[in-house]
Amino acid sequence: MKYLVTVKSVEDPEIKIKIKPDGTSIETDQVKYVVNPFDEIAVEEALRLRDAAGGGEVVAVTIGRKDAQQQLRTALAMGADRGVHVVCDQPLDPTLVSEALAKVVEGEKPDLVLMGKQAVDDDQGQVGAMLAERLGWGQASFVSKETSLESEDEKAKKPGVSIAGTTLQVVREVDGGMESVTVTLPAILTTDLRLNVPRYASLPGIMKAKKKEVKELKLADVVADPTPKVKILKLEPPAQRKAGIKVADVPTLVTKLKTEAKVL
Amino acid sequence: MTFEGWDFCRIDDELSEEERMARDTTRRFVDDRFKPLITEHFRKGTFPMQLVPEIAELGVFGATIKGYDCAGMNNVAYGLVLQELERGDSGLRSFASVQSSLVMYPIWRYGTEAQKQHWLPLMARGKKIGCFGLTEADFGSDPGGMRTRATLDGDHWVLNGSKMWITNGSIADVAVVWAKTGDSQDSIKGFLVEKGTPGFTASNIEGKFSLRASVTSELAFDGCRLKKDAVLPESHGLGAPLSCLNQARYGISWGVIGAAADCYETARAYALERVQFGSPIAGFQLVQEKLVTMLTEISKAQLLCLRLGRLKDQDKLRPPQVSMAKRNNVSWALEIARLAREVLGANGIADEYPVIRHMLNLESVYTYEGTHDIHTLIVGRDITGLDAFHAGA
Ligand SMILES: Cc1cc2nc3c(=O)[nH]c(=O)nc-3n(C[C@H](O)[C@H](O)[C@H](O)COP(=O)(O)OP(=O)(O)OC[C@H]3O[C@@H](n4cnc5c(N)ncnc54)[C@H](O)[C@@H]3O)c2cc1C
Repeated sequence: MKYLVTVKSVEDPEIKIKIKPDGTSIETDQVKYVVNPFDEIAVEEALRLRDAAGGGEVVAVTIGRKDAQQQLRTALAMGADRGVHVVCDQPLDPTLVSEALAKVVEGEKPDLVLMGKQAVDDDQGQVGAMLAERLGWGQASFVSKETSLESEDEKAKKPGVSIAGTTLQVVREVDGGMESVTVTLPAILTTDLRLNVPRYASLPGIMKAKKKEVKELKLADVVADPTPKVKILKLEPPAQRKAGIKVADVPTLVTKLKTEAKVL
Repeated sequence: MTFEGWDFCRIDDELSEEERMARDTTRRFVDDRFKPLITEHFRKGTFPMQLVPEIAELGVFGATIKGYDCAGMNNVAYGLVLQELERGDSGLRSFASVQSSLVMYPIWRYGTEAQKQHWLPLMARGKKIGCFGLTEADFGSDPGGMRTRATLDGDHWVLNGSKMWITNGSIADVAVVWAKTGDSQDSIKGFLVEKGTPGFTASNIEGKFSLRASVTSELAFDGCRLKKDAVLPESHGLGAPLSCLNQARYGISWGVIGAAADCYETARAYALERVQFGSPIAGFQLVQEKLVTMLTEISKAQLLCLRLGRLKDQDKLRPPQVSMAKRNNVSWALEIARLAREVLGANGIADEYPVIRHMLNLESVYTYEGTHDIHTLIVGRDITGLDAFHAGA
């Protein structure tokens, strides 16, 4: 089996984002980048599937700036076998990204594509569905699992999804419950938060990752027209929240909830 | 736009991708796995042993050793790893320093191939924990005066004496014990003493107010018989244990930057939030002066470490240079912790914030691995050629 995982380099969610004076992009000068947390879950699932099957190949792909290579290397340090980096330093939108990925899939011919259900930078959540449509493949979105993240299976790093022949069996998170589905391979799978706890890139893994192959492509190699279809008009920070207040005791709290917040 | 973080001089740009990745992965581990536990462990005076397999899986132990299931990273990457561990707690960094620099290093440097093959992979995987016994109750700064003795009796070494202030002493599976095999300090050799060897006991030192999340013990050897191959054959004289300390001191110089940075970040955030006399205390000149001093000294400490790390990777590092870094960086880290404690006012003494814990820990770091003053004497001797170690000298 060959697994393709997507790894997007995103601004560290821990840092404070600042909007540039132009109002349509963010300050990148002091910004640290990390692997999109949902993509880490996808990488982890691919590694578990490969290792449980006792073989196979995990290929990690990123589309982005030259220095996004560090996030790609992080996936390699976690254990992915090699990387593909579509190097580009221009605004992208889900249409472009899915077109580029479709081209990479065409070349790599994976059996399963695993990707985060969304990227935490712009929260579009469209690429998985668009890619499935472009390829005409089945898709399981918001993939989770029945067992909890504290379970023995999770501690033993067992995959949360299972594959039998050309059938992929997954559990999806739906409103207020779980849905079990099967999808025929080749397929796309987008990962939700409770699928697994991704491993840390280890120091020996980081050393090994240095020697793993990363194939570089240009955006022009994988898309016909690099003009994004979506244009950002304006970015605004959320409104400042007012500071909270401290109350002396529970009765005062209840009164305030009734009379001021009007929630009781 | 205000400056966030503490890499004021963009030292990040000087690091390789591998070095940044090593730091970042350790930082996440410490934030996710260690920080939620530390306050309780510090209160109870215990080390979170349950994390040892995870620390091992991260590849921290013996990370600069090539082969033997170790990561084989360069010294800058390793320094950054220790910096992140000590951002968690000096006890966590001490655990890693002892295992890597004080136990794995002497086995790697002075041991036989068989000793290396046996111990290093087990220690890298955290299956075996080690400790380092040099200090004695009557010989701290002056270890050359040690009384612990090893004498040959047929096929066995017989060990007699005791060691004091030994990190991880009672939890270690193996102790690297330094003993004289004759009268002079040139006769000092290292021995591998396994837990449970008859005549070897370890007991904990209680009542510490510093480095509480780290086990500190006393080791006693009473006619303790060791097989002949328990000796580290290539260790000859006091220089051998000192070479281990030199490794560990290099790591400490990096480590304390992490503790200082945690204090700085806590103090800065607190000062921006805390309002007195109608404005955030960060707006007062006296508070700003403290924050500026902290960040300036953190930046200088980082630059010093980075330079020494590059020298170490080129095999050009001299021990007095490490002494300069240990002396400077630890004393500034302690000062930064004290300044941060002041900025936090009463909250500065509560363990709801990490500051008082770092401050207390750094008092140990100031003393162990050569006290501040001893490092002054080492650098002083290096630049004058005159030895000021002995009274009347
Ligand atoms: C928490 C902790 C963990 C430790 N872990 C270990 C360990 O794992 N293994 C190990 O072997 N040791 C360990 N140590 C011991 C540590 O290395 C010693 O405490 C240190 O070397 C200082 O020795 P001392 O405490 O005997 O102080 P002393 O040597 O008695 O020094 C007391 C004071 O006298 C000063 N002084 C001494 N000589 C001179 C001089 N010539 N000129 C001027 N001033 C001088 C010192 O600077 C110091 O201020 C640990 C200590 C602590 C606190």
